[in-house]
Amino acid sequence: MKSFKRFSGIVAPLDAANVDTDAIIPKQFLKRIERTGFGEFLFYEWRYENGRQRQDFILSQEPYCKAPILLARKNFGCGSSREHAPWAIAEYGIRVILAPSFADIFYNNCFKNGILPIVLPERDIELLFQKSRESPGYQLRVDLENQRIEDSFGCMVEFDIVSYRKDQLLRGLDEIGATLESAELIDSYEVAHKIFYKLEI
Amino acid sequence: MWRTLYEKIWDKHTVVEEQNKPSILYIDLHLVHEVTSPQAFEGLRIKNRKVRRPDLTVAAMDHSIPTTDRSLPFNDPIAKKQVDALVKNCREFGIQLFDLESRYQGIVHVIAPELGLTQPGMTIVCGDSHTSTHGAFGALAFGIGTSEVEHVLATQTLKQFKSKTLALNIHGSLPQGTTAKDLILSIIGKYGHDFATGYVVEYRGEAIRNLTMEERMTVCNMSIEMGARAGLIRPDEKTFHYLKGKQAVPDGVKWEEALAEWKQYFSDEDAKFDLTADFNAAEVIPQVTWGTNPGQCSGISEDIPLLEDLPADQIGPAKKALKYMDLQPGTPITEIEINKVFIGSCTNSRIEDLRKAAKIVNGYEVAEKVEALVVPGSQLVKMQAEAEGLDQIFINAGFQWREAGCSMCLGMNEDIVLPEERCASTSNRNFEDRQGRNARTHLVSPEMAAAAAIAGRFIDVREWPVKNSKEVSVQ
Ligand code: SF4
Repeated sequence: MKSFKRFSGIVAPLDAANVDTDAIIPKQFLKRIERTGFGEFLFYEWRYENGRQRQDFILSQEPYCKAPILLARKNFGCGSSREHAPWAIAEYGIRVILAPSFADIFYNNCFKNGILPIVLPERDIELLFQKSRESPGYQLRVDLENQRIEDSFGCMVEFDIVSYRKDQLLRGLDEIGATLESAELIDSYEVAHKIFYKLEI
Repeated sequence: MWRTLYEKIWDKHTVVEEQNKPSILYIDLHLVHEVTSPQAFEGLRIKNRKVRRPDLTVAAMDHSIPTTDRSLPFNDPIAKKQVDALVKNCREFGIQLFDLESRYQGIVHVIAPELGLTQPGMTIVCGDSHTSTHGAFGALAFGIGTSEVEHVLATQTLKQFKSKTLALNIHGSLPQGTTAKDLILSIIGKYGHDFATGYVVEYRGEAIRNLTMEERMTVCNMSIEMGARAGLIRPDEKTFHYLKGKQAVPDGVKWEEALAEWKQYFSDEDAKFDLTADFNAAEVIPQVTWGTNPGQCSGISEDIPLLEDLPADQIGPAKKALKYMDLQPGTPITEIEINKVFIGSCTNSRIEDLRKAAKIVNGYEVAEKVEALVVPGSQLVKMQAEAEGLDQIFINAGFQWREAGCSMCLGMNEDIVLPEERCASTSNRNFEDRQGRNARTHLVSPEMAAAAAIAGRFIDVREWPVKNSKEVSVQ
């Protein structure tokens, strides 16, 4: 996984609440057995109609089509647990998502894929929407180490993030490797732990 | 210290707990299906890792498989590739697989409970958000992403931060003619689609105690539709009775031992929850969703709300949803005409669901313009329904009777709702394009879906004239 420190770029304002993972990556693209190849289908039904780009969708418009930062409304990433959603987002080139809240599973999945989901209070999100409306091509600098985002007009907002999550992104942790270091503890846990179902059916 | 049910399960399963870091939580049962697992197995292969406990892992084919004649080859070569990958992975890593030939094949969340794999006090995960279903047994069960699937395969554990707890007290009892589906839709309608984000919900109170196990599964299934990490219901005599004699459940001395263990799983009377909410079940009426999230619903005797009657933050989303759904505010729900009906999915495809739908359908015919499907949740459900003659009731009425799978719930196979078609569906998600591009989904109970199939529009099942009920063995 790519490690993550500072990031700057254009903010694409996606003015929608409850953006679900079905919308982020529609089911017809879930049949791939690889982790790659999803980026081009990101928001497929919103971006395309009859195979043509729909101009009414933000990521189809210049200069937002290459924006690495996505701004959205509450409950982003709700619905299906599909990690294909963050795979598509990361492959498309989006590395930061700003929203007032995220759905649990999606939020977790982001950190495993080098995406930083930032939770900000509604009023900060509203302010950012306003700014990106007022100055098309509005850019932000995201500094994970110092937990803040700023624009070139002197606006600065700090954000919270659990230190473990921050490390996960900064260092690109191999979680499985780390857990396997506790293999002996898992072994001894298993000795005393009871499971009552039997699988030989 | 008083503890909640959630905390008891959590404590029992923590292998390592550290300050400010996620705990290492032991996983008792890992359910695997063809869509969210191939990349996880590939990850193991790349790192030369093994599956730590294949004996605590079960796989089934459900999401992308056809529900038509299984003796025919797949029409969809990509779905075939996915299913073949599952076969290969299970063989290579030694995992038990319920494939299309197995009599136990079905939707993972239907088969694990019916085989007795789902038991109180367990931790259960699956790369699928509706894993919350298993909470009906007092098991901590939740959906995970593919990286976590890989983590569980390799370590039989997960790194987890503890969730907050929410006690949802449901008072009173459900009125005649309303169902568990109506209850959970009403709750989501009242509190909102993201109300429980970050919480594990424990459903409590008289209305919950009165539900059957299958009804409890319907409720817990949709916990994720209000954002909850998981849903839980305290195991009781009904739970134990349901489990007794199931294939995977022990008998004799081991049964007694299991039972003694299971009985410890309840929230202590003085346990503290982070949040408490109340709901009155006695006011529930049959629900129909009119929007594009499950919280956008109304009672059958009501109208689609007027925009000005909605809270300010819901007006925008409602407007957008109604545009997609091609509906007008103020329209009576009973005036909405449908042309597809889907009875199935891990929310409502168990035997009780099919019995209840068959009772409505018996002696009637599906409206001319309507295409209606019944997709049992598992092969065992299908066999049971056939033994009771339910299949004939559906077929005689003009329903299609299919093989088990997820089917039109998410339309990854050929069972889709066509653009601009309107579907009465017993599934759990009415998101844009979920059942097919530009598909318009209305979530309802099996009874409401059955009645809509016959009437060609939504109709109040509480007033439905049931025919020849003696001929249908409704238990
Ligand atoms: S039936 Fe629907 S919700 Fe349930 S597991 Fe299958 S696709 Fe998911």
